Amino acid sequence: MKKILAKIGTHSVLILASILSIFPFLWLISTSLKGAGENIFAYPPVLIPQDFTFENYVGVWNRVNLLGYFINSMIVAAGTVILNLILSSLAAYPLARMEFRGKKITFFAILATIMIPFQAIMLPVYLITIKLHLIDTVSNAAGYIGLIMPFAVSAFGIFLMRQAFLGIPREMEEAAIVDGCNVFQIFWRVLLPMVKPSLAVLAIFTFIGSWGEFLWPSIVLTKESLYTLPVGVNNLQGMFSSNWRFIAAGSIISIIPIIIFFLAMQKYFISGENEGAVKG
Amino acid sequence: MFKYYGKYVPYLFLLPAGLLLVVFFFIPFFQTIILSFQDYTYDIYNATYVGLQNYIELFKNPIFYKVLLNTFIYLVVAVPILAIIPLFLAILLNQQIRGITLYKILIYLPVIVSIVVAAIAFKWLYAEQGILNYLAQSLGFSSIGWLTDPKWAIYSVIIVTIWKGIGYYMMIYLAALMSVPKELYEACDIDGANFLTKHLNVTVPYIMPTIALIVTISSISAMKVFAEIYVMTKGGPLDSSKTIVYYIYERAFENLDLGYASAMAVVLLIIVMVFSLINILCFERNKYQL
Repeated sequence: MKKILAKIGTHSVLILASILSIFPFLWLISTSLKGAGENIFAYPPVLIPQDFTFENYVGVWNRVNLLGYFINSMIVAAGTVILNLILSSLAAYPLARMEFRGKKITFFAILATIMIPFQAIMLPVYLITIKLHLIDTVSNAAGYIGLIMPFAVSAFGIFLMRQAFLGIPREMEEAAIVDGCNVFQIFWRVLLPMVKPSLAVLAIFTFIGSWGEFLWPSIVLTKESLYTLPVGVNNLQGMFSSNWRFIAAGSIISIIPIIIFFLAMQKYFISGENEGAVKG
Repeated sequence: MFKYYGKYVPYLFLLPAGLLLVVFFFIPFFQTIILSFQDYTYDIYNATYVGLQNYIELFKNPIFYKVLLNTFIYLVVAVPILAIIPLFLAILLNQQIRGITLYKILIYLPVIVSIVVAAIAFKWLYAEQGILNYLAQSLGFSSIGWLTDPKWAIYSVIIVTIWKGIGYYMMIYLAALMSVPKELYEACDIDGANFLTKHLNVTVPYIMPTIALIVTISSISAMKVFAEIYVMTKGGPLDSSKTIVYYIYERAFENLDLGYASAMAVVLLIIVMVFSLINILCFERNKYQL
């Protein structure tokens, strides 16, 4: 009896937590599906739309280049992920496996960057980005590169990959050397294939981080055609000032891709094995 | 093992990442400090060294203290809640029960979704004639200016930050809970301990390092809050929800007051670096294999 009561208690709390977690989205979806004939401020509020319509979705899709924002976000996230994978593993390899002068200093210098919050240094980063002509007023390509470069490598990624390399037995390299591999072949053909799980973790969490990034793009972007999804969605508020049906519909469209990605990759997020992988 | 690589090979591998870290971390870090001793207000292209003037102005400005106070409120409210509620949920999820994956997915969902959409969703809940005010009225309260009343605005924004963080910290706790030996609980069950005493006496002491880790990382992220405020209140009303990062953004990119903004940024740097140092030295030694 006591066990059953405990079970009911557990489930009630978890159901409540789940509802609270998704309710803001549900309410947004509900609003986005309400037609002009229905008061969205009705008291008492109505969750199931009475004047059900997809008109708001069509309307916002036709007026706002959501597909363009999506493509921009994809370009930036893909570029950020690829560069992080390459640069982090390149830098991690000597830190894990080689002896060289200045290794300790390099190690602590990289570690130190973890303590520097981007928010505190964003102003000089912006000034440097402009100096390097990596801004959308120069060209679209420059704009994309400017969005990517400050996040193209992270100390987090380097340490993640370093730890992965440290876990590989030294015999692997010894065998490769006997077979006549040079250092680049060892890195590319022997070691890199063995750290694929860590590369996957790094890719997924870098992708999520880049996809949600809002501060940097809202600082550097000047052209609407280069807006990423978070910037574009925030901009909906200004465009449709009090048209909450459109704002809601646009917001919901914008989160569909990342929700699909999350559901497909859920084991990386909720298995409990990659705890702390997302940057806080 | 003999050295199978040339003398310069390690540097070659480190070069690309090193170059980017220098250009986008180290140079900006030192430039922030330099900028904080300069004044750009008269000529944006030619700075003049003004010594501590930006800092003196900063410490004389009441908004600076308001901003620090707001950040402090953020810490005091958000951090304990983010240390406790996720732990409670993780304990509940650390059992053999039905629907566990679904619960995890739903509670983790806010972590994944863009903070901008989350802030918009809450703005809609907080609307003057919105659903939360309906709830307040039907419970017999008068309606609340969630984002328009200086008394409430900061708390309304904090709620969004908490809501978005719970799933993230819950997963960190869940990983830690998996390592608690089952035998410890069995002893409790024999003694007939209830839920609360069992977890206060066994779970909490055992996972204390994780709790401390979560306190420091949630503190660090609370000090870096920006998007929620930008989307929902723009720091208002009357600076009541303005935090450090939003203030830096406003002074740097809206008022083009580069020196003053940088002095503020140095303050942020110092606070965050202290917390990060504690975090790395005390709780994340394994992660970096120090």
